[in-house]
Amino acid sequence: MPVISYIDAVTQAIREEMEKDDKVFILGEDVGVKGGVFKATTGLYEQFGAERVIDAPLAESAIAGVGIGAAMYGLKPIAEMQFADFIMPAVNQIVSEAAKVRYRSNNDWTCPIVIRAPYGGGIHGALYHSQSVEAMFANTPGLKIVMPSTPYDVKGLLKAAIQDPDPVLFFEHKRAYRLIKGFVPDEDYVLPIGKADIKREGEDITVITYGLCVHFALQAAEKLAEDGISAHVLDLRTVYPLDKEAIMEAASKTGKVLLITEDNKEGSVISEVAAIIAENCLFDLDAPIMRLAGEDVPAMPYAPTMEKFFLITPEKVETEMRKLAEF
Amino acid sequence: MTMVHNRHLEAGLTDDQVLAMYEQMLLARRIDERMWLLNRAGKIPFVISCQGQEAAQVGAAFAFDRDKDYMLPYYRDLGVVLTFGMTTKDIMLSGFAKAEDPNSGGRQMPGHFGQKKNRIVTGSSPVTTQVPHAVGIALAGKIEKKDIVTFVSFGEGSSNQGDFHEGANFAGVHKLPVIFLCENNKYAISVPIEKQLGCANVSDRAIGYGMPGYTVDGNDPIEVYRVTKEAVDRARRGEGPTLIETVSYRLTPHSSDDDDSSYRAKEEVTEAKGKDPLFTFRAYLMSTGILTEELDQSLNKKIAEEINEATDYAEKAPYAQPEDTLKFVYGE
Repeated sequence: MPVISYIDAVTQAIREEMEKDDKVFILGEDVGVKGGVFKATTGLYEQFGAERVIDAPLAESAIAGVGIGAAMYGLKPIAEMQFADFIMPAVNQIVSEAAKVRYRSNNDWTCPIVIRAPYGGGIHGALYHSQSVEAMFANTPGLKIVMPSTPYDVKGLLKAAIQDPDPVLFFEHKRAYRLIKGFVPDEDYVLPIGKADIKREGEDITVITYGLCVHFALQAAEKLAEDGISAHVLDLRTVYPLDKEAIMEAASKTGKVLLITEDNKEGSVISEVAAIIAENCLFDLDAPIMRLAGEDVPAMPYAPTMEKFFLITPEKVETEMRKLAEF
Repeated sequence: MTMVHNRHLEAGLTDDQVLAMYEQMLLARRIDERMWLLNRAGKIPFVISCQGQEAAQVGAAFAFDRDKDYMLPYYRDLGVVLTFGMTTKDIMLSGFAKAEDPNSGGRQMPGHFGQKKNRIVTGSSPVTTQVPHAVGIALAGKIEKKDIVTFVSFGEGSSNQGDFHEGANFAGVHKLPVIFLCENNKYAISVPIEKQLGCANVSDRAIGYGMPGYTVDGNDPIEVYRVTKEAVDRARRGEGPTLIETVSYRLTPHSSDDDDSSYRAKEEVTEAKGKDPLFTFRAYLMSTGILTEELDQSLNKKIAEEINEATDYAEKAPYAQPEDTLKFVYGE
């Protein structure tokens, strides 16, 4: 099983689905000749041609909206937003249209589109190249939001998203693109959307998170293990709709829960996770639910001092995990 | 009279076709009038009208291949969707919000059309979102090498929305077979055209997107047909999109919840009613001998019976079960 990077898993998943199904095509800014600003679609233009890898005009609402039209027709578009921060002009198309096509037509029309976008900070991207935007979409029934942490999950979940009969927002952590490498099978496989994944079994504390923070939690768990503290790590993988069963099981297992997101804290995805635990697992808890999240400022600043202050780091994660263990 | 007679023949329409156009316009008008009666009688909560735009709608719709082309209507397009195959019963089921409503199973307000079997694409209430969808359908047709043309319509207020401009530009860049039909009825609820457009005509906007733009008398179904048919033929030949603006007048308030007397003069409405396309087209057909008083009466009678039957059916039809609220969020 070869070791590849997170971004190579993105490319591989798309290439395999395009080879398999003529209905799959890509549209977005710079996705064709250039292969994407992060190179996520590199080589696909050469392999599949300009008609299936479309360099769209710079207009996000059209990238989403044209994709939605093609999806309603019966194709399987993969629309790329260059940065998650730039998805805002397309929100009406995503929330009022894609999410509601099946429901409003009483199951007559469907909208099997995937909208991919790189999110997350730590790359000196300042306010508008660093944001996590999932919470804005995470109370929109009709949408599914996938945020994988490993190359293995990227490939299996992106293929599942492309095959899914409903709209899927697929957010890729841009710092993970080249930082995170892992084993990815060459063969065709899909992973279930809507299912969380236990990334580490443990007995003393539970960490529930997603994206790059999964790796921070796993690194910290190794260190804690040296001190005899056993951490259980649940990777949400799909942040909407949430895998409620897996969340309740993971929380009840240790009775001590730390929830982590690099999004702003108030109204974040982990706030909903906290509500699920509070509603269902109160009597299994041995400590108050803890949350580690970005400060409630508009977005992370450019200067390295302020960026680091805002960011979730491995050190912050370890500190919070130790605090919880000691409670 | 010979001069007059030649007009529809010159546009490529037979006597039977113009009579069929008239019948569709009449049906749309009579259904619309019935909806207002039902609303004022407290039987249905909402109406949004096509009145005054039937000629533009039916004239344009006749220019398409209604066996394969796609249509993305806006909320006033009763005349269009009827021409594309929706039935009086379908419309009444939607008006009464009954389970059998093919548009949405009673989930959406009336005027939110959609019916896959007739390639009428489901729409929403935020205006103009259907424009990029139309472009996407045309793109999909091109990718699949299908001979389809896509028809999308919207009001003149909508031509200010980003989605109009973004969609039109995409279609222009890729030379896609899309007909953009702007039904200019001179008002976006209360705001008149002078406060909507920075240019004289909506069609002036076409040049920015590399497509031809035409302004047509929206009260003249033959002229609307002629211009639309030429645009459809160009689109089928791979020559790209066209923007057509039909100018008519909204004869009713914006909706059953609007009072238009607060923003437009009665005299203005009365004057517009003098140019009501239903009367002017009827006069044309009479002058050519295609329509007679007798035939007109029998058409009206047939339509009234059809509407009565559909109204009774829809009124008696069951609502969706309360728990049906939970269905079809995702594929099952």
